[in-house]
Amino acid sequence: MAIRAEPVVVNIGPQHPSTHGVMRLRVSFDGEIIVDVEPVFGYLHRGSEKLAEERNYVQALTLTDRLDYVASMTNNQAYCLAVERLLGVEVPERAQYLRVIAAELQRIASHMVAIGFFLQDLGALATPLMYCFRIRENILDMFEMLCGARITVSYMRPGGVYADAPEEFWPALDKFIANTPHLFDDLEKLIVENEIVLVRTKGTGVLKLESAIAGSISGPVLRGSGLPWDWRRADPYDIYQRVQFDIPVGQRGDNYDRFQVRLEEIKQSLRIVQQCREQIQPGLARAELPFILRPPAGAEAYGRVESPKGELAFYMVSDGSVAPYRCKVRSPSLINLTVLKELLLGSKLADMIVTLGSIDINMGEVDR
Amino acid sequence: MVPFLQENVVFRGVYCFFGGNDGNATWCGGRDGIFPGGWEWLAFFIAGFTIMFILVNGALLGAAVFVWAERRLIARFQLRRGPNRWGPFGLLQPIADLLKLITKEDLVPTSADKIVFTVVPIVMLASLLLSLAVIPFARNTYLADLNIGVLYFIAVGTLSTLGVFMAGWASGNRYAVFGAMRGVAMLISYEVPLILSLVGVVLLAGSMSMVSVVEAQLIPFVLVQPLGMLIFMLGISAELNRTPFDILEAESEIIAGYHTEYSGIKFALMQAAEMAGVLAASAVLSTLFLGGWSGPFLSGELGAMWFLLKLAFFAFLFIWIRSTFPRLRIDQIMAFAWKFLLPLALINLVATAVEVYFFAYYNAAVPGEITRSEQWIMAAINLPLAIGSIALFSRFLRERIAAPSPRLEPKVAIIQPAEAAD
Repeated sequence: MAIRAEPVVVNIGPQHPSTHGVMRLRVSFDGEIIVDVEPVFGYLHRGSEKLAEERNYVQALTLTDRLDYVASMTNNQAYCLAVERLLGVEVPERAQYLRVIAAELQRIASHMVAIGFFLQDLGALATPLMYCFRIRENILDMFEMLCGARITVSYMRPGGVYADAPEEFWPALDKFIANTPHLFDDLEKLIVENEIVLVRTKGTGVLKLESAIAGSISGPVLRGSGLPWDWRRADPYDIYQRVQFDIPVGQRGDNYDRFQVRLEEIKQSLRIVQQCREQIQPGLARAELPFILRPPAGAEAYGRVESPKGELAFYMVSDGSVAPYRCKVRSPSLINLTVLKELLLGSKLADMIVTLGSIDINMGEVDR
Repeated sequence: MVPFLQENVVFRGVYCFFGGNDGNATWCGGRDGIFPGGWEWLAFFIAGFTIMFILVNGALLGAAVFVWAERRLIARFQLRRGPNRWGPFGLLQPIADLLKLITKEDLVPTSADKIVFTVVPIVMLASLLLSLAVIPFARNTYLADLNIGVLYFIAVGTLSTLGVFMAGWASGNRYAVFGAMRGVAMLISYEVPLILSLVGVVLLAGSMSMVSVVEAQLIPFVLVQPLGMLIFMLGISAELNRTPFDILEAESEIIAGYHTEYSGIKFALMQAAEMAGVLAASAVLSTLFLGGWSGPFLSGELGAMWFLLKLAFFAFLFIWIRSTFPRLRIDQIMAFAWKFLLPLALINLVATAVEVYFFAYYNAAVPGEITRSEQWIMAAINLPLAIGSIALFSRFLRERIAAPSPRLEPKVAIIQPAEAAD
């Protein structure tokens, strides 16, 4: 007599230690094996896009901090690029350098969060997470010097940055550039080549390059699948064409490759910060712009950056008033999540959590 | 009347204080106690209860200290400070935690099987406390020197598996069921190598009594049975749900596993059982493999100190492992038990059996006795054997449990900038 077994449906989230916020996954399990996944979003929906239509162009900037709250700088950058294209203003060179420095530091901080929680999801009891946060903490301290805030920075403004970097920022940056490789070595020695990490991550959550491209995946997830595609190189903004950096790519698109791509990107970001530190010249930190910005009516602009999560873009439409007529956010987390089902079907519960961690989503950005 | 406790100082003192007239207690030196003749049974009861009281409270206090030590040490491993507010070095933190847990509302989910749900903490704590009965803390300091002590420890320890299953099933929570199913599958698998690893020790000592094992250790058995100790340590970490085998309560996957629904005093009891379980495992490890109470000097007088030092060493090792390693997946854990630990345990068993037969029975001057130099010879044979077999099987293991694709490092593509300005 055959045993009749039905799949068990489990709601993973919205309150769960490792859904990275308030995502809910309706998962059907056959034993430990996943037979169906249905992500349910919207628990963190705040209507940011609509709220932006009620605020003027500088006020709406503060909303972008709260999209991907572990990478506020790159959100600011994408928004500012879009607004500047609406207005048609040039950004002073020093401001562009400051932006790139801040954005690359933010990339390191965001990847440290991603890697830390990825290893946490693997079951390492917060020790690697704390090693990652040690590096991130230094970056947040520098952000505090730049603009007084650590998470919701609102540092970049249309036409430049909020203010030039204070004097104490540069020694801190030099110290950071000098020290971080050592801190990073500690992390690598601790866990990166650990046998358990290797057996847990290699060959799990494989994303094929064709499906990654078909799903419009971007960022480290796409590069982990093997395509060296990076908007900093493909469509350089600010001063990215003046700096040398490599684009790390994976080969098989599994969790291990995504993990390694992020580790390597941190080193490349450090390289970029160092080059910017050497190249930066004195100058204006913000273009002369009127207090209230009024882009011409009917203007449209698309500002796009390579955020730590992937391609982050703002599509702005102006109706000539002080507030944007439309502010559409192309959030990489949401679009990277579209391949979730393909990654998870047939894998085990433990791998599901790890794969979700390796995509590195942020619910503030998914739900907006 | 009291076959195994009369050597114990505390028991003897209490017994002789109350009863101790001529009766059966010739070992009181004929002195008279408080009670009149015919009441020795009450003196016996009080003395036994005293020992039990000390043991139970010592175990729970030990669990509290272990919780404190674990939190402090893990904080140090994680570049944090750890609890440091209550008492010197935060030593009173476990007490504060306990007070908090006791004052919490005692929640039972509506979908739970109420009786089973309530019985679980008792089952788990009882299995732990029972297992403490056979551990010799120092010379003549034990509750019972059972002649099946090793078997008894394993048998009683396995009861906690029952507790895990009861907790998971009775909670009426799917995460708890996941935890319980994983637990039952894993714990039963790990029993096999765990028991086989101890057979080597039992063969060497020629007895299952913990005291005899300690006395048989002319050199610590960690040298004679390196493979046995490794397997026992890995197996017992799995039994205790410590990383990298903590899939029963994998926080990032199934929230808290089988004890997801437990709160308040029930949670405190289960946690105490778990923490004291680590101490009990450390105690057994130091008894069977590091010579228990025997030390380089004054093993008689300072036996308890040597024992505690060894216990603390193993407890530290457990904490260290917990704070370092990620978790294995369930299929990898099962493969690890059946494809790695079990063959190694069998190798160890066969090698030890052959050695014991050769040294103790084949042309031996005194049958059944193994001298110190013979133990050294065994150590010299077993250590290379352990290293060799681990190297051999870890290669198979990696091939079997790792991903099927070959190991490749990600390459870094160098793409030059489109046009370098300036």
